Amino acid sequence: MTHDHDYDDHHGHGSELSEMQLRVRAIETVLAEKGYVDPAALDEMIEAYETRIGPHIGARVVAKAWADPAFKRALIADASAAVRAFGVVDRVGDHLIAVENTPKLHNMIVCTLCSCYPWDVLGLPPVWYKSSPYRSRAVNDPRGVLADFGVTLPPESEIRVWDSTAETRFIVLPMRPEGTEGWSEEKLATLVTRDCMIGTGLPKNPQDIS
Amino acid sequence: MDGIHDMGGMHGFGKVEPEANEPVFHAAWEGRCLALNRAMGAIGAWTIDAGRAGIEELPPQLYLARSYYGKWALRLENMVIARGLAGADEIAAGHAQRGGEPPRRTFGVADVSPSLTRGSYGRAAPAPAHFQVGEGVRTKNIHPATHTRLPRYARGRIGVIEAVRGCHVFPDTSAIGAGEDPQWLYTVVFDGRELWGDNTDPTLKVSIEAFEPYLEPT
Repeated sequence: MTHDHDYDDHHGHGSELSEMQLRVRAIETVLAEKGYVDPAALDEMIEAYETRIGPHIGARVVAKAWADPAFKRALIADASAAVRAFGVVDRVGDHLIAVENTPKLHNMIVCTLCSCYPWDVLGLPPVWYKSSPYRSRAVNDPRGVLADFGVTLPPESEIRVWDSTAETRFIVLPMRPEGTEGWSEEKLATLVTRDCMIGTGLPKNPQDIS
Repeated sequence: MDGIHDMGGMHGFGKVEPEANEPVFHAAWEGRCLALNRAMGAIGAWTIDAGRAGIEELPPQLYLARSYYGKWALRLENMVIARGLAGADEIAAGHAQRGGEPPRRTFGVADVSPSLTRGSYGRAAPAPAHFQVGEGVRTKNIHPATHTRLPRYARGRIGVIEAVRGCHVFPDTSAIGAGEDPQWLYTVVFDGRELWGDNTDPTLKVSIEAFEPYLEPT
């Protein structure tokens, strides 16, 4: 059918581009002509992932947990139910699990077998999350992975890596930064990065956004 | 299957390279490819587990050489051909060459919104859970040639049941068309040294989500 070109995960998008454009267009055309998919529905799904579903959703969940102790308790007990009940986001799937960072415990999320990721609250995963380096090293060298992100934890802090091997999905509840007393949920949410909800980063410092 | 996808603990892949201000898609075809795969799943052409198996069954050389959505494109082609939904000749030609089986349904605009919420894989329990929170368990040393969600690095290891997550569709059977066969799902946590040896960071703990058939009492 077509030739297989070598392709590098990080840099080689151009080499795959024209071949893949043609190949995906061909299969879309066939599946549309046979009546399996309406291309307009594909447009709409792509638009949703590009503009509406992303880590800003998770940031609102985290900010509410920081600001509202009752919500935080409910979130830790059953994240799917809590997020639905509080109406923080429009929709969330079942089996969402929030894991809380403390001064003695840092959580990190990975899917060593594929790319499982909490799409509902973080959007589509970044390339590095799906990459061989992250999937191979997160479970046996998480401090080395954190160093790749410029993050150093206290040596005594326990590190807990959650391998997403089923349809449960994890989101890290990072520690609320100091110096944010009295902040609104909206302002707190500006400190919450995607990576801090995966566990490869920490929230921004208050002085970084002022 | 003991495939290249099962990467936990492997050496040699190098540093993690985050991309600043990464776009959701790096090219338009990636979005089309994602949407096509999701759409075919949504109309029931295959289960999520069969779809994962479709990626794992790519030759390892291709698995490593292809980008993420490049693998999704190959999986899509392979699965529509294997299920008789389209022919390789039609994909090569870029147009349908014959009518064939009428689709059970079309993925249309009204299907998009529901498809954005992740499906539920919880099922009624056919039997009580075998293990309880706090109990020690050993993962089985199994090497099925078909799809499984027990990673190699966590086989034959002793861990502790940390949580019972309910009864879920069993990927090992769902992936091969052998039904949902719901099984209890547990979070099993391992000391890093149990997985990687005595020289491991003593602060490390790793958990997997383990289906009951993967576990035996210690």
